[in-house]
Amino acid sequence: MAEVKMVGLKKYFGAVRALDGIDLEIEDGKFVVLLGPSGCGKTTLLRCVSGLEKVTDGRVLFNEKDVTDLPPKSRNVSMVFQSYAVWPHMKVYDNIAYPMKIKKYDRAEIEKRVEWAARLLNIHELLDRYPAQLSGGQRQRVAVARAIVLEPAVLLMDEPLSNLDALLRVMMRSELKKLQERLGTTTIYVTHDQVEAMTMGDMIAVMNQGKLQQYGKPEEIYHKPANMFVAGFIGSPRMNFLNVEFMEEKGEYYLMSDIFRFPVGNEKVQELKRTNTKKFVFGIRPEDIHLEGEKEYSVEGEVYFTERLGADTILHVKVDKERLVAKLPGDVVLKEGERITIYMDPEKFHLFHPETEQAVI
Amino acid sequence: MGEREKRDWIPLLLLLPTLIYLIAFLGYPLIETFILAFTSDQGALGNFKRLTATGEFWEALRNTLLITAVIVPLQLGFALMLALFINMKFKGYTFILYIISIPLALSDVSASLMSYTIFAPMGYLNKLLMNLHIIDRPIYFFGFTYQTREFWVIVLTEVWRATPLVFVIILAGLQAVNKEYLEAADIFGFSRWQKFTRIILPLLKPSILSALLIRTLFAFQIFGVVWLLAGRDIPILAGEAYYWQTEVNNSNVACTYGLVIALVSLIISWAYLTFLKPGHLEGEVTE
Amino acid sequence: MRYRIKKALIVFASIMIALWFLTPVVLIVLASLTPSSEYYDPHKILPTKLTLDHLYKLFVVLDGWQATLNSLEVAGVAIGLSFLIGLPAGYALTRFVFKGKNFFRLLILLTRSFPALVMAVPLVVLYLKIGISDTLFGVALAHTSMILPFVVLITSSILAGISVEYEEAGMIFGLSRFQSFLKITLPLALPGLAASAIFAFIMSWNEVFVASVLTLINRTLPAHILNTAIASPDYFKFAAGTVMAVPAMVFIFFTRKYLVSMWGISLK
Repeated sequence: MAEVKMVGLKKYFGAVRALDGIDLEIEDGKFVVLLGPSGCGKTTLLRCVSGLEKVTDGRVLFNEKDVTDLPPKSRNVSMVFQSYAVWPHMKVYDNIAYPMKIKKYDRAEIEKRVEWAARLLNIHELLDRYPAQLSGGQRQRVAVARAIVLEPAVLLMDEPLSNLDALLRVMMRSELKKLQERLGTTTIYVTHDQVEAMTMGDMIAVMNQGKLQQYGKPEEIYHKPANMFVAGFIGSPRMNFLNVEFMEEKGEYYLMSDIFRFPVGNEKVQELKRTNTKKFVFGIRPEDIHLEGEKEYSVEGEVYFTERLGADTILHVKVDKERLVAKLPGDVVLKEGERITIYMDPEKFHLFHPETEQAVI
Repeated sequence: MGEREKRDWIPLLLLLPTLIYLIAFLGYPLIETFILAFTSDQGALGNFKRLTATGEFWEALRNTLLITAVIVPLQLGFALMLALFINMKFKGYTFILYIISIPLALSDVSASLMSYTIFAPMGYLNKLLMNLHIIDRPIYFFGFTYQTREFWVIVLTEVWRATPLVFVIILAGLQAVNKEYLEAADIFGFSRWQKFTRIILPLLKPSILSALLIRTLFAFQIFGVVWLLAGRDIPILAGEAYYWQTEVNNSNVACTYGLVIALVSLIISWAYLTFLKPGHLEGEVTE
Repeated sequence: MRYRIKKALIVFASIMIALWFLTPVVLIVLASLTPSSEYYDPHKILPTKLTLDHLYKLFVVLDGWQATLNSLEVAGVAIGLSFLIGLPAGYALTRFVFKGKNFFRLLILLTRSFPALVMAVPLVVLYLKIGISDTLFGVALAHTSMILPFVVLITSSILAGISVEYEEAGMIFGLSRFQSFLKITLPLALPGLAASAIFAFIMSWNEVFVASVLTLINRTLPAHILNTAIASPDYFKFAAGTVMAVPAMVFIFFTRKYLVSMWGISLK
């Protein structure tokens, strides 16, 4: 068990800045997901915590103890690899037992612990097999069993589900989550899949271009994205963005874009006035656009096309030169070219600073 | 920071022994070859004057070039056919693949002795022909008076021995050709011949190029086969170097021959790489 | 019908290829076992009885046995040395990213087109100076320099085929980098490394020019044959050719799985 602290972590590969100053504090026992597009540095960050990668600058602390210069074997971490890395020349039993053999545990203890881990992961029947004789899902369980058998201070997982088929992935998702809750091991989990992140993480750290974009609970990340990147990355379909201007007319305040003029409530006016700009980026999620609502927050447009997904219908609307995407119930049927009015939920829109891209509201 | 710098030394440290060894055993001899070749009692170019003044040098150069010019295209042609054949992956093709690869394991010494088994005066060919009453007396393939026959036996031996080397490179290249390219060609109605000339051959060009390069270089260093089958009946550059070193004990002239071989090798490599570079590999986007 | 013609053509071509490549090998083995009297009898193409006489003479009377041992010693030392030196380099090329990596790879590739005879003559002079002229060790050193680039490239390709995550898992679960290489990666690489060792053996076993130039008395088998064959009776040549060919062919049989990939690398 450990709390993990990263202070000003930097990792450069030549001119490439894989990690560009990461500060992150992870509470003991939390399941933290590192989420981001490929190449954002999430795996590099994980490897820096594991010790497999040396940092260019900055510190890694476990329970306030500086481990930055320790080799992986001295950090009391364990890891589930993307390819599982279950050693092919050892039977399942030996794979799970090997970490303990290295550390010179006595035989009885090793047997007891392998037994415990195997039962926990439901691979008890497979102990006598070689990895080549296992399915991908089974190999994954072996990798997890090996990783938890020594009760590490920190458990690291590098996209462990990415090589499984869709059905198995959903199943393992909840199983891994339950396992972690039961063991209470501090876990850092890397993924590019936002559904995995939202369902599994106690906390999510969204990363992009070597920088931490936002660290928070899943619902915070979704409802209060810290900046345009997080807002755009989380949620599917992607959030709609429009350029707007903040303006006053006869004592009333409005947000004005090419296609609408929305009134702004008083509490928001104060915040907008505090910024150094009149121009903002307006963001609204497709699921916050409806076919009914308040007249003041509506726009008229033309159905460009629809994607009927069964449970949902994704509507693409052309409003002048702009294009908006809305997520509607699955039973909605609209014809291409049809004129419609769509309503935006005034409580749900986001405003971002156009230069810093940080959230204003 | 210090830790990181130390880590960067690890790969260099691992490479260092190899580097030192190659400098000692390839770099040093190369320099020494230059020194020896340019040292003589008749000034720096004395060895070269001595070389070019003798008929043997020109004859050796001519023979070496001739052998190279004859065997390399033959090897390439046969290898290409064999590779296309094997790549059909018919039932039992792995067995044929193994048979083709047998000469890979054989040295030029054993290959020439095999050739001798067949073409010797009492060899299998002569015996067969005599018993079929096609000839009365053995045909002589070896000896100073039969240089032309010797030459063709050498060619045959080299083709037999080294075609598999070319074959292996081309087969590897052929196996790397994405099947979907050919399927796409099928869809677009390419004929068999078009598929070969328009898709397989261009994609195979890097393999063919490296096979050609390596075979030309080695053909230019040909020694064992000629030395065993013809001795100095057919002088060649490597053979002359060997002769001057071991029989005359003149390392300077031997090195001069070596330098000529190295120089021509360099020119050949340069020529191949310049003129035959496949265009589709230039400016490749690597991700 | 068309299918059957195609099949027949394939069978025919296969037979022709097999005959072309096998006949010389079969004939030299046969010739080495044919009694001299029958060999010189123009009416007998195939022998009526076989003898081990020639092989015996080659080994015992003509010092072939000593030459074979010499060859084995040279190959053994050369393989040992080149793996000792080359394996770390191969490891560095696959497992590390560093400046000059491509340059180093290119350098190694370039040595493959280095004419062996350029190396041989200066080494004679050098060996005289340092007192290892006409020794098997000297030949082994020269062969090492030929085998080493091959070993570097081949080991790097073999190690590249073994996921780095296995090794990293070892490091996570309590091993140092070196231990992890030794206990995880090496056992996994062993079949490939064994095959490449055999290839290295064949390279050394077959090499004739350098060995002939560097030695006068302590000759390896091919050097011994090269320098005595011309003056020897035919049966000696056949026996020698057989002795040279058979071990190489047996070895290549065991490595046939790796044939294409390895020769591909060794020739590039």
